[in-house]
Amino acid sequence: MTAVDLGLPSLGGLDLVPTDDAPQKAKDFKSDQEVRWCPGCGDYVVLNAMQSFLPSLGLKRENIVFISGIGCSSRFPYYMNTYGMHSIHGRAPAIATGLAVSRPDLSVWVVTGDGDALSIGGNHLIHALRRNVNLKILLFNNRIYGLTKGQYSPTSETGKLTKSTPMGSLDHPFNPLSLAIGAEATFVARTLDNDRAQLTSILTAAAQHRGSALVEIYQNCPIFNDGAFDVLKEPGEKEQRLIPLEEGKPIRFGPESEFGVVRTDFGGFEVAKVSEVGEDRVVVHDPTINDPSYAFALSRLSTQDLAHTVTGVYRNVQRPTYDDQARQQVAAAAETKPPNLQALLNGNDTWTVG
Amino acid sequence: MRERDHQSMSTSVNGGGRATQVTKLDRVVIRFAGDSGDGMQLTGDRFTSEAAAFGNDLATLPNFPAEIRAPAGTLPGVSSFQIHFADYDILTPGDRPDVLVAMNPAALKANIGELPVGGMLIVNTDEFSKRNLTKVGYDADPLEDDSLSNFQVHRVAMATLTQGALADTGLSKKDAERCKNMFALGLLSWMYHRPSEGTERFLREKFARKPDIAEANILAFRAGWNYGETTEAFAVTYEVPPAEFPPGTYRQITGNAALAYGIVAAGQCSKLPVLLGAYPITPASDILHELSKHKNFGITTVQAEDEIAGIGAALGASYGGSLGVTTTSGPGIALKSETIGLAVMAELPLLIIDVQRGGPSTGLPTKTEQADLLLAMFGRNGESPVPIVAPNSPGDCFDAVIDATRIALKYRTPVMLLSDGAIANGSEPWLIPRAENLPDLSVTFASEPNALDGSDEHWPYVRDTETLAREWAIPGTPGLQHRIGGLEKADGKGSISYDPDNHDRMVRLRQAKIDGIDVPDLVVEDPSGDARVLVLGWGSSYGPIGAGCRRVRAEGMAIAQAHLRHLNPFPANLGEVLNRYDRVVVPEMNMGQLALLLRGKYLVDVRSYTKVAGLPFKAEELQHVFTEHVEGVRA
Ligand code: SF4
Repeated sequence: MTAVDLGLPSLGGLDLVPTDDAPQKAKDFKSDQEVRWCPGCGDYVVLNAMQSFLPSLGLKRENIVFISGIGCSSRFPYYMNTYGMHSIHGRAPAIATGLAVSRPDLSVWVVTGDGDALSIGGNHLIHALRRNVNLKILLFNNRIYGLTKGQYSPTSETGKLTKSTPMGSLDHPFNPLSLAIGAEATFVARTLDNDRAQLTSILTAAAQHRGSALVEIYQNCPIFNDGAFDVLKEPGEKEQRLIPLEEGKPIRFGPESEFGVVRTDFGGFEVAKVSEVGEDRVVVHDPTINDPSYAFALSRLSTQDLAHTVTGVYRNVQRPTYDDQARQQVAAAAETKPPNLQALLNGNDTWTVG
Repeated sequence: MRERDHQSMSTSVNGGGRATQVTKLDRVVIRFAGDSGDGMQLTGDRFTSEAAAFGNDLATLPNFPAEIRAPAGTLPGVSSFQIHFADYDILTPGDRPDVLVAMNPAALKANIGELPVGGMLIVNTDEFSKRNLTKVGYDADPLEDDSLSNFQVHRVAMATLTQGALADTGLSKKDAERCKNMFALGLLSWMYHRPSEGTERFLREKFARKPDIAEANILAFRAGWNYGETTEAFAVTYEVPPAEFPPGTYRQITGNAALAYGIVAAGQCSKLPVLLGAYPITPASDILHELSKHKNFGITTVQAEDEIAGIGAALGASYGGSLGVTTTSGPGIALKSETIGLAVMAELPLLIIDVQRGGPSTGLPTKTEQADLLLAMFGRNGESPVPIVAPNSPGDCFDAVIDATRIALKYRTPVMLLSDGAIANGSEPWLIPRAENLPDLSVTFASEPNALDGSDEHWPYVRDTETLAREWAIPGTPGLQHRIGGLEKADGKGSISYDPDNHDRMVRLRQAKIDGIDVPDLVVEDPSGDARVLVLGWGSSYGPIGAGCRRVRAEGMAIAQAHLRHLNPFPANLGEVLNRYDRVVVPEMNMGQLALLLRGKYLVDVRSYTKVAGLPFKAEELQHVFTEHVEGVRA
């Protein structure tokens, strides 16, 4: 077996997508469908943020596609005045892969949830990430099954009392970002539904990344899991718990920035009081570190009890994308051997009668 | 016993100077059998190419274990390849071998039961050690006692003779021994007056990087040839003259290769890029292998993480305006069902190829069966009609793909193509189509808003009044932004709709679209015009059914044959055809799935004949079944 090195991508995430010179507004991205999420659902915030953010990309609207699976958040495509497909449970990354491979001129977004992406569709998610298909995957994590009315999900905290677990859930939850980084995703980020500024800046970075981008969005489900992320939103609490990442800056947090992230003896990260360990030991964030252990160690700081939660862009590295390479092979094959159907059908061994 | 039975004899002098008698035959069935490691498939393939080059009609049946290397020398490890070649058009790989080549005791034991009395047996004696005999349960050496006295037995020490012939090559004894299959091929090629240049050229190409191995194989091949020519062991050689074919250029082709070429051609005829999403599965993987070699035709092959992702990628590509294709076998269809349902709902073109194998579950991966018909027909939740197309022979796979693609593109629907293991690996001469004569399958994508209320919107579920197909508006088309998906949609506009009347209407529209697909009328073959019994089949049983009917007719009885290419929708004249006959017999390699459909739809009490043995029907077996029915109607 010989491998062909196709080099690193020289393109940005949107470089092959045609742009629109006419100025766009958020309302251009609103479809005529009535939005039917429950009042107060975190999905509204993300939808609004997306509709407000897309004009900044200046892409032709018809070259944007949203593909979703099944779940509350997967209704998203219906509300976007772009192309869209509301597909089947868990399979959106697979369908989006086929579309992205065959259509380099499209900006393809996958909208999924914790059940859709991590339970029934777990396989497709990790494979899309490892292949590094040029897809932007938005994972709405509300730590519950909303559409089926309140069963625990693969991100629910252990011991959760739900309709299907009256004595408490037994499953250990996924840390979605650890999973994505384990699959060697090239772009991994987390944000909260209420942090519009961070959400928008992450969406921008994800869109411009060439390759798979996984963006986890903590999203409140007021009906079945209300307040799941309140501790990350309440003043006084959130400062103790949220660890925001900024490229090139020391990773510090706390009401007075008194905490910092430092290396442990085992190569992982832990939280320490900067005054006790000294400023020099605080890790300076670099999402471009190729070795996934760095981002993985960051992801381990987030625990299921939300004692700490790291937000921002964990990882943003370059690796050849599956779809670019697939197209390159097709183009190279056509160049070295122009298609000749009759020659193919004839093959090498023919005989003629009459 | 034979489809036709006549032979003539003449005596001639062979090149070796020894007088051998030459017997002219119209047809011969040879089965090469050995251990999985003995290269029997390659040997069979080569003999097939020789027969094709010589101009015989032919049909082949490879038969091999699912394990890559079952324990050497055991019964489960036996691999065989049967070829039927003739001077007239034949329909099957033959019921039973006239000649059995057995490379070891296991191959002998597994196959001798099918050699008719008087048949020729050529045995490689080198493998008949006590240990190997015991391994397969022979208490005594069958070559020593009289248990083979009903056959013409030729004992040949193939391994020893091959090693002797290769003594000067410097090859290790083990490597030399591995060439014994080419010795066998050489011997049989001599015996049947086959051309040998092709095989020598093939070996040189196959082992281009290892010229010493190429030479060794060629030496072994020649040694086998010379062994036949110079020893006194074989008094008779045989000639099977070329068959008469309609004029044209021919090649030999397997079903899987024909499917792959069909997909390439479908892409060219429709001027669409092709995306194949597939997961490796026996016996369909060769289609993926073959297509991945033809990327120059604008073909992308995605080897997906599982069956579901395979069809998902294909559907995603179809949504984007490619010809999406997925290939698999029964267990894969089970996994793909939900996505097929989505394609039905989204009304997007998609080609789904099921190379059926023995089931249920993992079943018999390398054996054939026709038991996925009802799965294809009904194997989804809800009312989810899917057109079904079935090829009837290896070469016919090409035409079936073109036809299935035509339906998928014209009616915007997933189409199921049902091949099977016998067609997939079997081969036959194929009249190569002229590329310029292939149909134009080009499509028109939507470019203008089509809203029925006159607005400037695209309504995804507005239908063509004739075909009931919706428009194919692909992403990237300005102004036609729309959303589709698995939820029920309002007729026309395509918004989500839970309205009861709308759902009822949409279910009926989807059904009416499939029911209205234009498929040609069923053609009945009844040479005498007097038949009162009709045999109706589908898929790969075409050959055995045809051969069975010929035999019945040769006995002076009338019988009609018809074969369904389209199983959904059925041809419009099918009901009328069924009612024309006193009795309709339906042979199937399942428990009567087509029979069930026919009874349900046409209220005709068809007679089902079923066998689910993992092997094609035999012509003789069907002859008896058909004869009974013909006599039953007379009585
Ligand atoms: S159930 Fe929860 S997640 Fe679903 S729409 Fe209602 S609030 Fe949102």
